[in-house]
Amino acid sequence: MKIGRVAGTVVTTICSPVFEGRALLFVDLLDLDGKETGADVIAVDAVGAGAGETVLVLDEGNGARQVLEAPNAPVRAVVVGVIDELELQK
Amino acid sequence: MELARVTGTVVASTIYEGLEGVRLLIVQPLDRKLQPRGRPVVAADGVAMAAPDDLVTIVASREASLALPAPPGPVDHAIVGIVDAVEEWSR
Repeated sequence: MKIGRVAGTVVTTICSPVFEGRALLFVDLLDLDGKETGADVIAVDAVGAGAGETVLVLDEGNGARQVLEAPNAPVRAVVVGVIDELELQK
Repeated sequence: MELARVTGTVVASTIYEGLEGVRLLIVQPLDRKLQPRGRPVVAADGVAMAAPDDLVTIVASREASLALPAPPGPVDHAIVGIVDAVEEWSR
């Protein structure tokens, strides 16, 4: 999984059925210091994450389909957690 | 998934089984500022409604084939949504 920050939303009315009624979040990926890596991903929100929150992103298809209970859906990235705190060993 | 802009179409009359009738579009991946990022790729149109100049969402790797009407098919990028709006939250 990856760490990211919710930077916005994407609205798609015409879309694959799995995305209907689900929020798509634009997530900037972060390094362990909380800095943006320059990479980003659009992920389906599975936890109700809000603007600016630091989140856990799953970017792997099988896990994503299990989370969304959509066995044959073309989905790969899902926000699966809101991070309260990161603690690193010095 | 990532954002992309449809920039062209591909016609291939000889094509692997499973891809007959599937629209193939050239898409340029974009960043959040809608600036081009990386090289264009050919994507299958999983919503069957994307048109040139449309802003779309694309999915890559194996998941792309699941966007086709009869998966799995031999594709590595697929359009899975047509974007109406991108809302950027300020910090």
